[in-house]
Amino acid sequence: MRIFCLIKHVRDTETKIKVVEDGKKLEFIGDNKIISPYDEFAVEEGLKIKEKFGGEVISLTLGDEDAIKSLRQAMAMGTDSSILINDPLFYNLDPLSTAKVIAKVLEKEQFDLILTGKHGVGDDNQAVSSMVASMLNVPVITVAVSLEIDGQTLKAKREIEGGFEVVSASMPAVVTCQKGLNEPRYPSLKGIMAAKKKEIKTLSAKDISIDHLSFNKGISFKGYLEPPPRPKGKIIEKDPKDAAKELVQLLHEEAKVL
Amino acid sequence: MKFLVYFEVRDGQIKKASFETASAAKKIADEIGGETFGIIIGKDVSSIAKSAQKVGIKKIFVIEEESLSKISNSLYAKIIAEFTKEQGFDGVFFSATSQGKDLAPLTSGFSDFPYISDCTSLLIEDGKVTFVKPIYSGKGLLKQQAESGAKFVVSLRPNVFPLCEAPVEVEVEKISLKDYSSIKTAIVEDIEKGSQELLDVAEADIIISGGRGMKGPENFQMLKEVAKIVGGAMGASRAAVDSGWVPHAHQVGQTGKVVSPSLYIACGISGAIQHLAGMSSSKVIVAINKDKEAPIFNVATYGVIGDLFEVVPHLKEELKALKEQG
Ligand SMILES: Cc1cc2nc3c(=O)[nH]c(=O)nc-3n(C[C@H](O)[C@H](O)[C@H](O)COP(=O)(O)OP(=O)(O)OC[C@H]3O[C@@H](n4cnc5c(N)ncnc54)[C@H](O)[C@@H]3O)c2cc1C
Ligand SMILES: Nc1ncnc2c1ncn2[C@@H]1O[C@H](COP(=O)(O)O)[C@@H](O)[C@H]1O
Repeated sequence: MRIFCLIKHVRDTETKIKVVEDGKKLEFIGDNKIISPYDEFAVEEGLKIKEKFGGEVISLTLGDEDAIKSLRQAMAMGTDSSILINDPLFYNLDPLSTAKVIAKVLEKEQFDLILTGKHGVGDDNQAVSSMVASMLNVPVITVAVSLEIDGQTLKAKREIEGGFEVVSASMPAVVTCQKGLNEPRYPSLKGIMAAKKKEIKTLSAKDISIDHLSFNKGISFKGYLEPPPRPKGKIIEKDPKDAAKELVQLLHEEAKVL
Repeated sequence: MKFLVYFEVRDGQIKKASFETASAAKKIADEIGGETFGIIIGKDVSSIAKSAQKVGIKKIFVIEEESLSKISNSLYAKIIAEFTKEQGFDGVFFSATSQGKDLAPLTSGFSDFPYISDCTSLLIEDGKVTFVKPIYSGKGLLKQQAESGAKFVVSLRPNVFPLCEAPVEVEVEKISLKDYSSIKTAIVEDIEKGSQELLDVAEADIIISGGRGMKGPENFQMLKEVAKIVGGAMGASRAAVDSGWVPHAHQVGQTGKVVSPSLYIACGISGAIQHLAGMSSSKVIVAINKDKEAPIFNVATYGVIGDLFEVVPHLKEELKALKEQG
């Protein structure tokens, strides 16, 4: 089996953000970058499938030089090699353009499965994986919390409101991974050492013959905003019975949510 | 401008979120002198299509076939994308429900219209459609605008846009299904409902959540009872989920569900940044915590400082009394 794991190099979930320069820019406090948490489920699932069926797991990211850190992390977990798509032309692309670049690379590859995270934290789009599937004309199962493979077909459960859908698809396919699917392993020391020697193939815009004309320009950036501040709250510090009584009264009469 | 709204059907009914989305699309269209249409896909859906009238959509297109009885994401999206291009729609609207978040990016890929996901505000600025969406799980907002002539696919967050009832006579037009057999799609074979006892956090208007302060799985029963009294859902912090006290479907936060109910009650939850990311856009937040320094109090509309094991039972009684009064 030949499996690709798509990885997005993102800011740590602890990062605080501040809108600066009149909404033109974001300032980050705590600038540590990591593999997007859901992508770790994708890597883990890829490794588990390889353990069962044999084959090759390749981690792939579209990012800058710094994204190598996340690729090394994936390889330390156990992926065999990596592809880094890196070109200044590709920085700050919208999800549709990101998908175009990734699909362009994958269309030249033979693959049985493309595993991705449910969504990339930060931009919070939940978009690229399905777009890639549409461009490659392969089925996609999103938000998978279980996955069974018999070699040709997939059966998965995906999370929906108040339950699950049982979904089937034929391979090759894209599957987006949700928490609950597995427990990502921690890289072992041996894994970390081995990852340093594994291959990272780097591709530029020229290598994959894609230019800026392929990208969308119809949607323009209009700035960042701070979320509306929450009004200062009311503190209730009384004995439990009185506190509960006052709370319910406030919710009913003042906030009118009950 | 011509907009198309996808109406989602579950259990033989159009979802409330679709009506919210249609209301929002229509409001924008009215403001710039455009028109809004609906589309509905499935088996035996034309009778349901009529109910779209309540938000003032004048025409709804129906694609109804035996072969569409099972939800097939790529096929549905391809149908919508092709129909959109044929009819010259400028914007395609979905609700950011689990189905909408599945179909919208596929529709974007098939149509080559850029996609703006999970918008929480939609407005007209300089005569152009302008989108606001949360980024970094709501720690910031991103504002984008469709330039004149630009096409787009957008999904709108449920529970955020008001429902505007404006009933009109609705025309239902059936469209025949073309041959899309070359499209590779996933197929929903079955739906497993979770316990029907409580609503899902993603759909509830009132959520009562518990964290590590709940001490153990047995104590969540108390929260379930409160949720039942108010017709709400039970949520949890990651600490409670990771301890195995409650299933992940209940987790609220950056790696759980992002919710914006009218009322969110956090019991024994400290208010870590990843938890706040999932609930800080709730209209009213209540925190019950014995540590008055807990960061959850920074976002709480009402903060009760106290032991949740003492406060929650009284809260339950008070709520019961209120509900019984009617
Ligand atoms: C990548 C990543 C993603 C994450 N995603 C999420 C997420 O989606 N959702 C999420 O919730 N967290 C998430 N977290 C975890 C988050 O950082 C916190 O660890 C977690 O939210 C803490 O849960 P808690 O508030 O229940 O527990 P704690 O922080 O331990 O807080 C327990 C609180 O209970 C109070 N308490 C204890 N006993 C009582 C009592 N008897 N009465 C009243 N109060 C009491 C204490 O004062 C304390 O404030 C994530 C972390 C990472 C690194
Ligand atoms: N720049 C990227 N490089 C590689 N994979 C990506 C990239 N952006 C998104 N993905 C993949 O697509 C998933 C969904 O991302 P998003 O659409 O950004 O929420 C992520 O979890 C990744 O698996």
